[in-house]
Parts: sequence; C-alpha cells; structure tokens
Amino acid sequence: MSPTRLNVLVIDENRIRASIIEEGLREGGYDQVTVIDDMHGLARRIAEINPDVIVIDLENPNRDMLESFFQISRAVRRPIAMFVDKSDEASIEAAVDAGVSAYIVDGLKQERVRPILKMAISRFNAFSRLSRELEETRGELENRKIIGRAKGLLMRSRGLSEEAAYALLRKTAMNQNRKIVEIAQSLVTAASLLDPGASE
Amino acid sequence: MTTRHEITAGFVPLLDSALLVAAREKGFAEKNDITLSLVRERSWASIRDRLAVSHVDVAHILGPMPIACNLGLSAPAQKMIVPMALGLGGNAVTVSAALWWAMAGHGATPDLDARRNGEALQHVIAERRGVPLRFGVVHPFSGHNYELRYWLAASGIDPDRDIEILVLPPPDMGDALAQGLIDGYCAGEPWNTFGVVHRGAHLATTKAAIWRSSPEKVLGVNAGWAAAHPEALSALIAALDEASRWCGRPENHAELADILSSPAYVGGDAALLLPALTGMLSVGGETRFVRDFFVPHAKAATFPWKSHALWFYTQMVRWGQTKHSAAHQEIAAETYRPDLYRTALKSRGVALPSASAKVEGALTVETPVGSSGNLSLGPDGFFDGGLFDPDAVDDYIAAQTKR
Repeated sequence: MSPTRLNVLVIDENRIRASIIEEGLREGGYDQVTVIDDMHGLARRIAEINPDVIVIDLENPNRDMLESFFQISRAVRRPIAMFVDKSDEASIEAAVDAGVSAYIVDGLKQERVRPILKMAISRFNAFSRLSRELEETRGELENRKIIGRAKGLLMRSRGLSEEAAYALLRKTAMNQNRKIVEIAQSLVTAASLLDPGASE
Repeated sequence: MTTRHEITAGFVPLLDSALLVAAREKGFAEKNDITLSLVRERSWASIRDRLAVSHVDVAHILGPMPIACNLGLSAPAQKMIVPMALGLGGNAVTVSAALWWAMAGHGATPDLDARRNGEALQHVIAERRGVPLRFGVVHPFSGHNYELRYWLAASGIDPDRDIEILVLPPPDMGDALAQGLIDGYCAGEPWNTFGVVHRGAHLATTKAAIWRSSPEKVLGVNAGWAAAHPEALSALIAALDEASRWCGRPENHAELADILSSPAYVGGDAALLLPALTGMLSVGGETRFVRDFFVPHAKAATFPWKSHALWFYTQMVRWGQTKHSAAHQEIAAETYRPDLYRTALKSRGVALPSASAKVEGALTVETPVGSSGNLSLGPDGFFDGGLFDPDAVDDYIAAQTKR
C-alpha cells in the first residue's frame, strides 16, 4: 500500500478550514479524502468510511464521543488509536498548538502518517493566520468608515476641505495621545447625540 | 514577602466547575496570592491534551481520567496527579417521557429510589423486543459511565448486552433524547435539569441514590508542573478549600448560580443551575429534595481518597478497559495524592481525615471520624448494600466479574 492509498477522513465543523485541509491532502497525493462538516450521525459515517487516518479540530466537542467509538472494536472494523508517539512530544505539542488532533488505525507506521499530521498542522496554522488577518482587515475597514464620517461632519460644520478635516483629526489625536479612530468615534457619537441624523 | 503564583486552569462548563470559578470570582485565589486564569474547553479530550502540553497547569477533570491517562489508556500520556477532589455527587440519570411511563407501569416512582426504579427498568427491558434501549454518558472514563453501569448491573441489566451505551457531549443530550436518538442519559448538571425542564424528560435516579457521597470531578494536575511548583499547588489547594466552604453555604447558592450562569463559565439560565446546589430537583412534573445531591465541601468532599481512585480502577477492569495487575492497581492508587492535600492544608486548621483510604459504603449514618479538626463522613452507602474494601481489591474484582 503506497502512502497515497491511505483513506483519510477530515472532520471539521468549519467548512472552509476543512476544504483547505482537503486540498492540501490532495496536493500531497492523498486521493482518498472524505470531509465531514456535519456532526449528525458521525459514528455511523465513520463506520461506513472506515478510515486509516482521522484529522479533527482539537476543539470539536464530539472528540470524547469519537475516542469512545474507537475503543469499541465491534463498531469499527479496525481499532483506531490517537496519533501519539511518546517519543514525539514536539509534534504532539505542535498539533495541540495549532488546534488539530489526529487518530490513526492501529498498526499503521507513524512515519507513514506523519506527513499528513505535518500538513494538517501547517494548514491549521495558515488558516488561523488568515482568520486573524481577515479580522484585522475588517477592523481596518470599519475604522475607515468612522473616520470618513467624522471628516464629513467637520467638512460640513466647519467648511473644511477633506485634507484639512483629516489633519484636524490627526492633530487632535496626537495632542490627546489617542488614536485617530477614537477621536473620530467620539466626534460621531457626540454629533449623533446633539443632532440625531446629522452623522448619517 | 510573598510570591505571586500564575496558574492557568482548564474547565468544562458544568456545575461542578463551581469551586474553580468561585476561587477566582470570590477572591479566594487572590487572597492566596494566585492569579488564576480559567480556560473553558468543550471536551474532556481537549482538557487532557492541553494538560499534557502544559497549555493549562491544572484542570477540572473527570475523576477516573487521570488514572486512565497514567495507565496509558488515553493518550497523550503525560503523568497526571490528583491532589484534590472538586466535590461529591452531582449527576443524575434522566430518561425520556416514554421510557419513564413504561417504568412507572412497573412501579417506578418519582422519589428516585435507585433500587425500585432500577427494578422497574429491568422489567421494561425484559419485556422489550427489537432495538435495545440506548443510554448516553459523557465519557468512557467517567463516574457517569461507571455509576450508570453499576446501577444497571445491580438491577439485573447487562450494560453491554441488554442496552447500548454511547458517548455524547452533555449539552447535546437533552436534544438527542427529545429526537429519540437515545432513551436516557447519565450526565452532570445543569443537563439533567435542562432535559426535564426544557425537553420533557424525567429523572430516573441520582448519583447520590446509587452511591451516596461518591467521587466525581477532581483537580487534575500535570505531574511535572506540580513537582516544579509545590508552593503554587499548595496555595491553589488552600484557595479551593476556601472556595468549597463558600460554595457549600446555602446563603451563597443564589449568588453562585448567578456567577456560573455568566457566558464565560457555564452560561445559560441561573434557574437551571440552582437545583443542583439546593438539592430541590425538578423530577418531571414535580420537585423532590435530594439530600447530598452535590456536596462541595462537607464530608471531606474535596479529599482525594485513594479508595475512590481504586474503586474507579476496579470498574475499568470490570468493563474491560484494562487488565487487573498489581502494577496497574498501584498506578491507580498513586495517581491520587492525599499527601499533597494534607501538606497544603495541615497548617491552616482545616479538618483532615487521618486515613488516606476508607471502606466505601460502610457508613450508614453520618459519622464523626478520627481526624485533626471536626469532621464527619457519610452516609456513603451503595444502593445495593455493596462494600468496597480498598485492602481487598482482588476479591472485589473477582466478585464483580462473576456477576
């Protein structure tokens, strides 16, 4: 059995992350990959799929169920154990850090599975990075909107140009040792209190 | 000059995380120079993994789980110790309305008596044809699994042949019951009360009725961390002891339920958390008082008895999770560390049991025990009158496998 013949199951309620893992596995030459993102009837589906390796997100609340399921040998054709090698604490730590866990069928050599775990760890980490960046971008966009509104208020009420309005916000922020967006937010809030509708 | 301790504790959102939550929220951690961070987890598997890689130093954990880890039954296998328990009791067996009425037809009553209601269930199962009844528990290495199986077996039901037992996350149990995926479950609170109040379920019996004053969640500690931070561990045990005292006082129950209902902790409705604290349980259509339903402090409720560890071990053997050997038995007994509990509390005037193990089920009434300080134990009876002598583990195992 070549490494690519391994039957890999990815369980993740986060569909996007699951498909990122799936893609990575396929790129790595694993062509028997199944993804489950709906936890309904999970035990039955595992029995049907009969995987060699299961990759699951660490936070999945169904892991206790999964682990119990693996213990009952009559439920699965082959017993499944958690992917652990006591000598390999570094990869366990890397997996827990990344938020991923893996289980392998009993008797499968660790070195045949290690590339899968490695790939899963790096894809989980990449996904966390992406989520963080997305979060930051969202925050950034939100900030820009608030600053835009504040500029509009200054332009209308004091007849300033856009550049002058922005310069005033920046100068006030520097003087008060605060962020521009905080000053902008205060201004927008104050304006909406004084004249509901003015900040629109 | 005092040292400040930074401790990170993992917990699962259940009522018996109360001691850790109260230690933080009511200032007992702070008073003992501890900055206590609480990290919420959604499964026992992730609690175990984070303990193993030191993401958390200590955790609210199922009493049998550190033993299973040390026996290599549940990986990753970092050595874990239990220097303290986090209370006694707190679980119940909940069944669907349909199963309850079938049981009631065979004499089950809302007084939750384990013997009578167990016999009723046995009759229902004996008459049943077709698909066996399915019961949910929270984990294979849990007090829930073992007390449910003990109750069933002593009621003449073979838990492996006559019914099916499966593991589910506790918050899913009420829904699984309502959808007919399971017929009953053994879980901690607030999930029994939730099932009864919001999913039309009925209580069948309680952990306290199956085995009074029995062990449940414990403080699991990464052994490496404990060895490197003995002072921090002692300070934490002292803080949790004070927290347990506070949690045990009836006048604090409403406030405790309120604190626990915060989304950062257990969440949900405080009204669902209060019954376990007061013992006034919604049984299904009526309310019953259950004495010692959950005991956070009295009866040496936080003492890590070696006899508790050994009883859990005998059940692992009984249900085929491990083979009995002198070496395995020693690993189980050594996992629980009453010595560390004593070290932390002896200079603080806390009443301590003088023994580290006791014959479980021997006390039929509350009994003062030889100890430093004022302390009463029990009653601690098994519903079938069973006794567990920690000095006669071989005999106990031999007798239970014959049954």
